[in-house]
Amino acid sequence: MNDLSAFAGPSIEWLSISPLLALLAGALILLLVGSLTNEWPKHWYSLSAVATSVVAIALSVVLWRDVSNDGAKLLVGGSLTLDHFALLGSIAICFAVLLVSLITSDYLSRGGSDAPEIYALYLTAAIGAVVMISSNDLVVLFLGLETLSLSLYLLAASNRQETASQEAGLKYFILGGFASAFFLYGVALTYGVTGTTRLIDLNTALTSYISVPRNDVILLIGIGMILVGFAFKVSLAPFQMWTPDVYQGAPTPVTAFMASVGKVAALVALMRVFVVAFPSRSDDWGVVVLVLSAATLVVGSVVAIVQTNIKRMLAYSSISHAGFILVGLEAASHRDSVNAGDGLVAVGVYVALYAALVVGTFGVVTVVARNSSSEANSLDAFKGLAKNQPILGLVMTVFLLAQAGMPLTSGFVAKFGVIQSAVAVGSYQLAVIAMVCAVIAAFVYLRIMVSMWLSDSATTEKVSVPMLSRVAIGLAVAFTLLIGFLPSLILDLTSNLAELATK
Amino acid sequence: MIAASSQVSSFPILSALVVLPLLGSIIVALLGKSRPEWVKLGALISSVTTGALSLWLLAAFKSGEAGFQFVSQHLWISQWGISWHLGVDGISLFLVVLTGILFPLVIVGIDPHHNETSYFAWMLLLQAGVMGSFLALDLFLFFVMFEIVLVPMYFLIGGWGYDQRVYAATKFFLYTMAGSAFMLVGIIATVALAQRDLGVITFDVVKIAEGASFSTNAARWLFISFAIAFAVKVPLFPFHTWLPDAHTQAPTGGSVILAGVLLKMGTYGFLRFGVYLFPQAAIWARPVLFTLAVIGIIYGAIAATMQRDLKRLVAYSSVAHLGFIVLGTFALSSQAVTGAVIQMVNHGVSTGALFLLVGMIYERRHTREIAELRGIQHVAPIFAGVFTVVMLSSVGLPGLNGFVGEFLILIGSFESARWWTIVATVGVVLAALYLLWAYQRVFHGEPDEANSSFKELNAKEGLLMAVFVAIILFTGIYPKPMLERIEPSVNSFIEHVEGRTK
Repeated sequence: MNDLSAFAGPSIEWLSISPLLALLAGALILLLVGSLTNEWPKHWYSLSAVATSVVAIALSVVLWRDVSNDGAKLLVGGSLTLDHFALLGSIAICFAVLLVSLITSDYLSRGGSDAPEIYALYLTAAIGAVVMISSNDLVVLFLGLETLSLSLYLLAASNRQETASQEAGLKYFILGGFASAFFLYGVALTYGVTGTTRLIDLNTALTSYISVPRNDVILLIGIGMILVGFAFKVSLAPFQMWTPDVYQGAPTPVTAFMASVGKVAALVALMRVFVVAFPSRSDDWGVVVLVLSAATLVVGSVVAIVQTNIKRMLAYSSISHAGFILVGLEAASHRDSVNAGDGLVAVGVYVALYAALVVGTFGVVTVVARNSSSEANSLDAFKGLAKNQPILGLVMTVFLLAQAGMPLTSGFVAKFGVIQSAVAVGSYQLAVIAMVCAVIAAFVYLRIMVSMWLSDSATTEKVSVPMLSRVAIGLAVAFTLLIGFLPSLILDLTSNLAELATK
Repeated sequence: MIAASSQVSSFPILSALVVLPLLGSIIVALLGKSRPEWVKLGALISSVTTGALSLWLLAAFKSGEAGFQFVSQHLWISQWGISWHLGVDGISLFLVVLTGILFPLVIVGIDPHHNETSYFAWMLLLQAGVMGSFLALDLFLFFVMFEIVLVPMYFLIGGWGYDQRVYAATKFFLYTMAGSAFMLVGIIATVALAQRDLGVITFDVVKIAEGASFSTNAARWLFISFAIAFAVKVPLFPFHTWLPDAHTQAPTGGSVILAGVLLKMGTYGFLRFGVYLFPQAAIWARPVLFTLAVIGIIYGAIAATMQRDLKRLVAYSSVAHLGFIVLGTFALSSQAVTGAVIQMVNHGVSTGALFLLVGMIYERRHTREIAELRGIQHVAPIFAGVFTVVMLSSVGLPGLNGFVGEFLILIGSFESARWWTIVATVGVVLAALYLLWAYQRVFHGEPDEANSSFKELNAKEGLLMAVFVAIILFTGIYPKPMLERIEPSVNSFIEHVEGRTK
């Protein structure tokens, strides 16, 4: 037996992982104190999750400044990274947690079932997400992925009264399990070829010795399986089947959470793995990403057209957004171009902007649809909304136009960035496909707008917008417009996003 | 179009022309809830002030100068080399003035009937977008304005239009957006390629046009990407199918603006961006564009002849007229391009007025079917008289504005596009045919019972139409002031093109 006392852990810079610790503390307090005390006053559970995310955001901002001054670095013995790319992702994730918690509180209070667990799960999911995006090791990444996924399975099934929610949770669990298995097998094969799971060491290993052809096949299969695992998680076509069902069945705030936090985490992690670990094989995976991206764009935008349920529509729209983000990854695969780094920046900006946008959109859906039954979420629920409530209608219109990529909204800034990165490396065909799909997708958003503005409502009953939801939706719409008018605000921050931590 | 002669004005009049309607729109939207009775007044003040500013711009514009005047430039997105860069020259001047004048007329003259607040708010937002499109000298800014215009127009058609309004509005939005999707890729590629020559990333159209040189192949692809967007907007055959629907279903105010200024964003875009940035590619693509323009002229005329709906007839006549403008634009001779610029304004005035008149007919009779109307001349002679003048201006009768533009286009195009011009001339005859025939059916004959109570123009409508008729007559009889302001810019534009294609 090994002598455990001889084991020396890596030195840990506690301050550098403080956002993670803050989230963990918040989750533990909610769970522990929440279960030991009587029911807290209304909204307190939610507000403590909000406070936690605010602290985590503040700590990330402090770290951001440190990274700006001292440069990016590796943490915890090289298993985690501290760079702007990870921090931007963390901030986006925590901001999404903040918004979703606010919306959830109103949603659950309406049903009289507010409880601490759901917020604790948001926070643990956020921990998993933050670990994913800042991991420099495939095994650590897997840990983060599982932490995130397990929380999401529970969240999807958290509405115990609805069978649809149960079904969504189970479906997500089974397919998510598949994805994890693919991912893990890919990691194993890659490890078999290179003898390491550290992203940076993988690159060194792959570039420093001449791999024999047999090994290269195994390596490519490994990379392919990792990609498939990610493709399931971010719902790229043809691995997107679960998304509409799960998005539809899950309670709407949870859907917002999956579409924002889940997507951000998986996409940023995907980006990091491929750019840091496998740049030497970018000729191989670049093509695959191109095909996946084009397929995802087409499926997401075309299939959305025939949907009648608003959550399904938005599920497909989120699929097409993932396709858009992959356009940036494809750009980053052109290693011989000086502009390959643009792709990385574009993806970072896109996910950060999209996170707030999608939470805002689903926030309005939560408020309007009241519950997650399929009738309540049909497009009919939105009929005449803007006539009865012009402000709510206008806010939703801003979100929809932003999703469609109209100028003067954050959605345009995001799209412009990825298209620019694609054009800069000469991927014109993908840029054109993406833009054409954006037009097709716009039809879906127009349909929702038609319902809101141009159809007559069945009822004149007004939808009440509770206080916290109001704050969340207001924050999201302000952010969407602010970045739309002044993109410099985010572009200033992200100019050196491409400098990933390597030592 | 030489940047060197641009002058900096103390009062940012061009920015005011864009920002004022935008502010007006926000104020109107806010007033709606608390003080609905002030909404129309607010819209009026905002649009009249903008109109007055545009007239002041016309007065202060130095004729005989070719370069951009009143230039205002502020850095907007430094990372991407994007600035708020506005400027006006002879090519855009009259389009800006037209935009300034047309909107207050529409706001005064046409009653939206319901939801005044949002109607006026969208209208003013539309004005801001159109102004911005005509003034922008930055590719990004132009794209933003070009695209943002869709939103208010979509809501105007969808919210205040006729039976098929949702279909028409959606079609309009998607068609135009599809066109500009290609343009966005084109713009980004233009900037990326120009960066290699210029050394800096910039969206400044003047800098790119003067400083960057594109390979023949690249320029062609880029030109195509721009041309698709503009061809949809103009609209050029075969991309025109959204137009009859949009026009017919739009409320009168929407139609007037759509025909008056919105379509000009396409023809203007061809000149300012397509040809200016890629002269060689434009000349390469010319035969195709000439052919499409001429097909548009003939097809639009024939289709107009066969329409039963008066508004649809005017819509198809637009397709024909815009064919002439495209023909003139790509003939690339001084006369033809001057003619095209004048014709852009003329078409805005005369077709705008025609849509207004058709709108008035609809208000009175609740039908636009030509077969339902008869003998209006007897009951409403002044109305018929105004209609005649406007119609003849659209036909291109000498002495009225339409003649000046069409004549210059045909003369100027004869050199470089002889056979196309000859065929296009047939279109002039056809225009007389369909408009006169329509006039005959609607205004001649004995009025039946329904038509005998047709009301004469009232004072407000009379004043409104008087403005149009005055412009029609003035431009037709004395086009010199207009030519003096347009020609220097056009000449320098032609020089630029010739210098690039030698």
